[in-house]
Amino acid sequence: MDSTDLSAVWLTLKLATVVTLLLLVIGTPVAWWLARTRSALKGTVGAVVALPLVLPPTVLGFYLLVAMGPNGPVGQLTQSLGLGLLPFTFPGLVIASVFYSLPFVVQPIQNAFEAIGNGPLEVAATLRASPWDAFWAVAVPLAKPGFLSGAILGFAHTVGEFGIVLMIGGNIPDRTRVVSVLIYDHVEALEYTQAHLLAGGMVLFSFMVLLGLYTFNPSRRSTA
Amino acid sequence: MSGDIRARFRIDRGSFALDVDLNLPGRGVTALFGHSGSGKTTCLRAMAGLERPPDGYFALGDNIWQDEARSHFLPPHRRALGMVFQDAGLFPHRSVRGNMEFGKQRAGSAATLSLTDVADLLGIGHLLDRPPQQLSGGERQRVAIARALLAAPKVLLMDEPLAALDLKRKLEILPYLERLHRELAIPIIYVSHAPDEVARLADHLVLLDSGKVAASGPLNTVLSRIDLPAAFADDAGVVIEAWIAEHEADDLTRLEFPGGRIFVSRRPELVGTHLRCRIHARDVSLALEPQTRSSILNCVTATVVALAPTDTPGHILVKLDASGEPLLARITQRSADKLNIRPGLVLCAQIKAVALLA
Repeated sequence: MDSTDLSAVWLTLKLATVVTLLLLVIGTPVAWWLARTRSALKGTVGAVVALPLVLPPTVLGFYLLVAMGPNGPVGQLTQSLGLGLLPFTFPGLVIASVFYSLPFVVQPIQNAFEAIGNGPLEVAATLRASPWDAFWAVAVPLAKPGFLSGAILGFAHTVGEFGIVLMIGGNIPDRTRVVSVLIYDHVEALEYTQAHLLAGGMVLFSFMVLLGLYTFNPSRRSTA
Repeated sequence: MSGDIRARFRIDRGSFALDVDLNLPGRGVTALFGHSGSGKTTCLRAMAGLERPPDGYFALGDNIWQDEARSHFLPPHRRALGMVFQDAGLFPHRSVRGNMEFGKQRAGSAATLSLTDVADLLGIGHLLDRPPQQLSGGERQRVAIARALLAAPKVLLMDEPLAALDLKRKLEILPYLERLHRELAIPIIYVSHAPDEVARLADHLVLLDSGKVAASGPLNTVLSRIDLPAAFADDAGVVIEAWIAEHEADDLTRLEFPGGRIFVSRRPELVGTHLRCRIHARDVSLALEPQTRSSILNCVTATVVALAPTDTPGHILVKLDASGEPLLARITQRSADKLNIRPGLVLCAQIKAVALLA
């Protein structure tokens, strides 16, 4: 494995970590709202969050590219803020990945919140816990398996993305060239040995992630 | 100590309506009794603030927790109450101790009871470090009660705390509830559909029927009413407070109560111990004069107060007064006619069975 490969691995891990942390911050309130609301908008918001599950990454990437480009609304905003343009940068890749991996984080957390139900929160309220207090002291600890699943799935899914990276990030060494894209490059250049190394690594990594998910996170929803 | 409880709630959800206006004593155990769908749990949840009836008023002494006329509503976490749910609702991610500390920490300086004292009161001292998953149903309920008490409540609300338990567990937990009754200064509001629990624990009884108050008053005053909806007539009967007068040589124990004396199988308690007994109307028969040639031992002199029809064809309820203690008897209309039973008549109430509640 040469420095190009190592740099891509490092970039991939950095991207997945940043995206996962951001998704936990963004996804938790979305999941809470979706799990608890009786609003008529629930279906619409739920569908929008789930869109990346069914859309080809190129479609999502195309629209994000347009939006973040020089004439897109996001692009004009970032330019007026003096931030320049996001496509073909690491932050651009982060934003695109957040959209792409959102359902993988939101849905497990939402399911966990729904499984808790109203009971424990009502108990907490009768024990003097404000809604904010009850959220942190009761809902989050009880939904821990959901958070774990969401974080692992979000991380793994970001590591594995390809289409959206090509659309938004291009293939710039050290800045936007992640492992999945590099494998493609190696194959195109007929560098099968290097491709094998990275691809095998991905297989091993994915297997370990799923093994961890199924071994350490048996669904135990016992309530007392 | 904390003053009376005023509760007025009106909810109309089409298929379900609740319309209650209650004045409850600020101490002792008040039972909200009714069949499922009578609105007793909704009423309790409204008291806790878990439901917000659009038309509601709730005050505990000087503390007004809800007054919709002035758009005042205190959310549950700002009410000094303890609530025990049917399924205990222990937090699975905390130990027994962690569960008990949850409310105590949040009540701050108001929490004066010590965790150890409350654990002793409910007999759970040896369970403190266990996770809730390892407790029996009865133990869980005791932990839930302890947890509620530690949050320094001014009223303890209990929503059928024994309903999910089998008979053995019920019998295990009832003595603790009686202990709370004796040792706590705060009022307890107890929702139940089990007549025996009510007879055993309650001082004040509210009968709810289809979302409305059918009766509310001191336990025996309500129990001895014969004008109640037929739904409650099946279990008609009174509760007497008796004490053990003597253990006799032939393995019988003589109980005394203001209305007279009753013999029961030998009891383990000491002479002088107070016992609550339930006398079902169906276990009381009437005779115009004391029967010396009868196997029935217990005969209490009583005056007929009133007669009322029951749901059972051919049967009536007779309300009696035994030296100020109310009694109920269920007899046939035919016997009533034959003996010419009428208000004012003095006769002998023969008691075939007594259910000792403690």
